[in-house]
Amino acid sequence: MAINKESNGYTFGFAIAMVVVVGAVLALIAMATKPFKDTNDEVKKKMDIVKALLPKDESEKINRKNAEEEFAKYVNLENALVIDLNGKKKEGKEAFDIDIRKENRDKTLSEEDKNYPLFIAEIEGKKAYIIPVVGKGLWGPIWGNVCLDEDMRTIKGATFDHKGETPGLGAEIKQAFFIKGWLGEKVSNEDGEFEKFEVVKDKSGTKDKKIDGITGGTITSKGVEEMVNRCLQPYTKYFQNLNNKI
Amino acid sequence: MSEVAEKTKAPSEPLFSKKNKKLVTDPLTDNNPITIQVLGICSALAITVQVEQAVVMSASVLFVLLFGNITISLLRNLIPSRIRIIVQLVVVASLVIIVNELLAAFLPDVSEKLSVFVGLIITNCIIMGRFEAFAMGNKVWPSAMDALGNSFGYAWILIVVAFFRELLGSGTIWGVQIFGSALPGEEWGLYTMGYVNNNMMILPPMALIIVGVIIWIQRSRNKALIEEH
Repeated sequence: MAINKESNGYTFGFAIAMVVVVGAVLALIAMATKPFKDTNDEVKKKMDIVKALLPKDESEKINRKNAEEEFAKYVNLENALVIDLNGKKKEGKEAFDIDIRKENRDKTLSEEDKNYPLFIAEIEGKKAYIIPVVGKGLWGPIWGNVCLDEDMRTIKGATFDHKGETPGLGAEIKQAFFIKGWLGEKVSNEDGEFEKFEVVKDKSGTKDKKIDGITGGTITSKGVEEMVNRCLQPYTKYFQNLNNKI
Repeated sequence: MSEVAEKTKAPSEPLFSKKNKKLVTDPLTDNNPITIQVLGICSALAITVQVEQAVVMSASVLFVLLFGNITISLLRNLIPSRIRIIVQLVVVASLVIIVNELLAAFLPDVSEKLSVFVGLIITNCIIMGRFEAFAMGNKVWPSAMDALGNSFGYAWILIVVAFFRELLGSGTIWGVQIFGSALPGEEWGLYTMGYVNNNMMILPPMALIIVGVIIWIQRSRNKALIEEH
């Protein structure tokens, strides 16, 4: 029996069959690849933390293969902690398990409920504090890690990453030349009070706390500025409390 | 999209017949999807700032177009004509998702570079154009050849444009510094002599201008391509 391909029945039948088949295939693939993706994400997280910690030459040598090993060398996850918006330590939370990107997306979560993980590393006998940050770029989320020196004020290293910023423009926040602008800057003043950063067009001749932005990537650069300013504040409060206690 | 499918009737022709070879070579020059059909311009604008991105994008388009053309060609006698565009879209979208999932699981580094292009591949009009104009009316083998030809035609334009944009805009090729370094405090090479990168090159309009120059060269060499008015 010849099938009438132009009939409504056939058209609907084809559409339904197509949706079922495509849905099943995609769901299967997503499920089958999930364990691999989860491991990749974990390695990536460790890789970014180590990259923020190490100086430029060494952090360039970090890749997915040696990330776990290097991470274990410097960072002790037992020292890691979680604080809240006001810089108070939260008990009973695993810092590494906290997905700040997910929390940032979650509109139902109030600022007070958000978790702020802090990783403490030891490198060459000195402590270093690694703070994960998350914010918004032009097209999607941006995130990164800021590493503070043992004085809890000076930026020692940083990584920035993004989901879908324009290649060659906003996407350049990943590059060393942009990160370099942040190094050595102080996040807080002598009393431990947070001071805002500003990403500017041309920093030549200006004072501290000004970072060179990216040509053609102004919105992403401003996104990094907002991200760093917002995410670092709870930590400076925490450090301030810590120093006052001593 | 509305052009009638070109039929190639060949019951038992050799795999690399003249006709099949022409399917590959034509889109490289005289029927180039970008410079002649002016399709896929959006992605040509967006990702030609760096050569590496252009190559990754071309490879992704090659994969999606090849498998998409094959799938559509296999299903061509089953697809109801009223929903054929939707079917084509579903095929492109599913292929793109599959590629993305597999890369994320097994080649995470490549996947990170590719992530931004996924949306661009789905909207690339070359792919839908080839499905509609070719794969819907032709057998599997010619469709695969057509996909190869069009992807390479797309790829070489992208890479040439990216070459000039990256070289003149950032002074690098594939991230390697060609003219020296312009980093403040670390200048070397041409930059110490006062050379500056042309920031215009990294802005999207320059992609159009470079494509325009390629079209100009192409049409001045082959007068048959010039439309009459």
